[in-house]
Amino acid sequence: MQSLLRRFASDYGMLAVLLLLGIVFSGLTLQEQPATDTAAARRLVASIRRQVPEKAHVLVAVRQTPEDTLLAESLTREIVAAGMEVADVVRGEPQAVRAALDRISTAGGRLDAVAATERTSSWLVLSEMREIFPALGQPPIFVPESYRWPNFLKADNLLNIANQIAVIAIMAIGMTMVIIAGGIDLSVGSLAALSAVLAARLIRDQCGGVEASAAGMVIACAAAIALCGLLGGLSGAVITLFGVPPFIVTLAMMLVASGLAYLASAGQSIYQLPEAFVWLGRGSGLFGLPHAVVLMFLLYAAAHVLMSRTTLGRYLYAVGGNSEAARLSGVPVRRVLLFAYIVCGLLAGLGGVIMASQLKSGSPTYGNMYELYVIAAVVVGGTALSGGEGKIFGTLIGAFIIAVIQNGMNLTNIESYTQKVVLGLVILAAVLIDRIRHR
Amino acid sequence: MSEAINGNAPIYSRPPAGEPLLVMQGIVKSFPGVQALRGVDLDVSAGEVLALLGENGAGKSTLIKVLGGAYAPDQGVLKLDGREVAFRSPQEARAAGIAMIHQEFNLVPGLTAAENIFLGQESGLAGFVPHREERRLAAELFRRLGATIDLDVPCSRLTTAQQQLVEIARALAREARIIVMDEPTAALTAAEVNRLFEIIRDLAKRGIAVIYISHRLDEIFALAQRVVVLRDGRNVGTLPTAGLGRTELIEMMVGRELADEYPRRSVNLGPPRLTVAGLCRGRAVRDVSFTVRAGEILAIAGLVGAGRTETLRLIFGADARDAGEISLDGRRLDIRSPRDAIAAGIGLLTEDRKLQGLVLGQSVRDNFTLPNLDTLARYGFIDGHRERTAFGRHVDGLRIKVSNQDQQARHLSGGNQQKVVLAKWLERDCEVLFFDEPTRGIDVGARHEIYLLMNDLAARGKAIVMVSSELPEVLGMADRILVMHDGRITGELLNGPDVTQDQVMRLAMA
Repeated sequence: MQSLLRRFASDYGMLAVLLLLGIVFSGLTLQEQPATDTAAARRLVASIRRQVPEKAHVLVAVRQTPEDTLLAESLTREIVAAGMEVADVVRGEPQAVRAALDRISTAGGRLDAVAATERTSSWLVLSEMREIFPALGQPPIFVPESYRWPNFLKADNLLNIANQIAVIAIMAIGMTMVIIAGGIDLSVGSLAALSAVLAARLIRDQCGGVEASAAGMVIACAAAIALCGLLGGLSGAVITLFGVPPFIVTLAMMLVASGLAYLASAGQSIYQLPEAFVWLGRGSGLFGLPHAVVLMFLLYAAAHVLMSRTTLGRYLYAVGGNSEAARLSGVPVRRVLLFAYIVCGLLAGLGGVIMASQLKSGSPTYGNMYELYVIAAVVVGGTALSGGEGKIFGTLIGAFIIAVIQNGMNLTNIESYTQKVVLGLVILAAVLIDRIRHR
Repeated sequence: MSEAINGNAPIYSRPPAGEPLLVMQGIVKSFPGVQALRGVDLDVSAGEVLALLGENGAGKSTLIKVLGGAYAPDQGVLKLDGREVAFRSPQEARAAGIAMIHQEFNLVPGLTAAENIFLGQESGLAGFVPHREERRLAAELFRRLGATIDLDVPCSRLTTAQQQLVEIARALAREARIIVMDEPTAALTAAEVNRLFEIIRDLAKRGIAVIYISHRLDEIFALAQRVVVLRDGRNVGTLPTAGLGRTELIEMMVGRELADEYPRRSVNLGPPRLTVAGLCRGRAVRDVSFTVRAGEILAIAGLVGAGRTETLRLIFGADARDAGEISLDGRRLDIRSPRDAIAAGIGLLTEDRKLQGLVLGQSVRDNFTLPNLDTLARYGFIDGHRERTAFGRHVDGLRIKVSNQDQQARHLSGGNQQKVVLAKWLERDCEVLFFDEPTRGIDVGARHEIYLLMNDLAARGKAIVMVSSELPEVLGMADRILVMHDGRITGELLNGPDVTQDQVMRLAMA
């Protein structure tokens, strides 16, 4: 048990870094959070009910934000359920509240209480209501209790992080395999752009553009992804057959793929895509998880099984660790390497399709510099660039470390130039920590 | 003698002349989980060749690293010229006149001999290297060593023996007073070994103290005046080599009485198994043909570079052959890769375990499983339970010393690494096994076990081909000896008590 824990700690030590970052950003973004859920609305209505007469008339005053809208809806429901009347529901600016109060006041209507939020209750029109509308009497203002909670840890934000990193994380699966097998693939960013452009163009030209059917879109995307797999395989073939260093071959492929992407799109964005195309990138299902994030987790699970439980996984580690010893042990080294580059190409293509779906367009500028982020995720995740060592889930952690840093800095209002500097330093620190740990 | 074996007071003999140049006293060094040295003493005088002997893991390399400044001892004293010293780094040890020549050379392959010799101590002004001066000094050093070395080619183009001379020259250039040599003859041919011995004797004559580490007892008897024997991090004794017996020395090292160095067996030859005809590859292997029978151990002898390893690699499919036919049990084999050879039932224990035999960064179990995945996996999924039990069987059977199955292969001693490689091929139940330098760098105890295992395999009807540069090993183990020279088979000897090393050497030099 203890050795199991120790192995886990050594394999996934970066998890500690991720947690630490989470704690830091949670601390930095700790804020009073107005309660907006149904339970808070119910408690608020209960306290109104205790203090005002039967059949009280209650005004709901909230702002025009998604959370406030939700709150207003639950409040209205609860007020009616409690046997009170909703005098009015105001969603918007102070002027709207003033107009509503005006209406009630001039109509000689009755107002027994106001249900507001932290923000709206501080508007002059409500805080000075007694002076401005003496006719209404002195209806008390009720505000849901607030609680302290970090913005970083809000469910929306966490989903947002996962969604933003999904593309890079998926591409990093293939990169992890290539790097563990002792190679490198610089072409993934360009392949993603090519795939996005190609999928978009096929849908526009061959499948009827905005009118395209689901089957048409699937075929177009599959074709784009397959082409990327083919190009990955081409890199792999040149590397294994002619012994050219992978750095050079994939650098060339990076230029080729990027050029092809510009050619295929004539340098333009292709956005004549059906609404349904965003299903993969923006849609969400199970537990509110975005489809792309679900796909990401499924792919990681599959890749983990491949790398840790199958013959092929064992071969990838052996080829990266010592390709001559592997060859003399009967490992088909060339085929194994070819497999890694093909998978890397396919996943880069998939990343491109997801990107196109997220942005509902395909452009040759997508994926610019992504190869570096992808490699950074792999390396931060503890995979040695020299090959033979590394863990698939380490890469997922690495990708999340990068995403969390970016997200956390956005939340704490650090501007993007500083963000780059910090990100670079963190990658350096992560790798240094890994070095020291392994010494 | 028997006292020493029982671990009582170690025997000590004083250095031959005068005050010792270097004294190490009561050196203790431990690492997490291991006590590598438990109070070791060593002294050496100027002009003496002192041999350091012990099984792998006895503490030789730790002791040497303490001397070289790579490790600080936990306890103990180091005295140079009677003054106590403490080296905080290899640089300090080097400055004090201690030079290390390791098995793996410390040369930059792309630089010439002269550049390597003066690397790190260039004397030029403002960063400019005084090429002509360095060349002159290097030539002078090599003249002193009686060697001719091409000063215009990068070191990667020099032979192993020449590279070793560059290392020695560098030690001289730094005015070393103590030179430590770790297994210096491991990769040398017999002629080169003799040349090296002359140089070492010459160094001693000039007043340099040489600490010589080797597993080859003949060399120790030929060179050293005294020998320090280590076992389990302790001194077992410091003895003059004169009048010392071979078995006596081995028993001191191993700590138990040893049966015959090369175990006997009853030979029972069966039908021919592996037949090779007309094997060719460039100039390296020229028209090699031979047959190995069931139960036979065939040795291929010859100088380094004679084409012995190359022959094995051709049969195994590691290199592409220009011509030649291979058949096993009368069946023609079409071998194009090691994968084909393994599928046909051939296994190869490579001469270089670290570069070719093992994936050092992986666990010993993963290494073991690598050629056996077809039987230990189903539909591409590895059966973890079967994998562990299969390897566990070999760990027990071969007595492989591992802390657990997940231990990285790099952390094993040479003997245990070789046993892991052996386990790989035993699990496959290969019909033909190639042993290329099976005991290089392996201590006496493990060596004996490997010999027993080879005999056992032969007794079970397997065909065994062994390549070895150690003639005693060839004569001790083989049933038949093929001798190669310059890519060709120059002779064949049916082994017997009347076959001598000279006979083999004459054919090898043919």
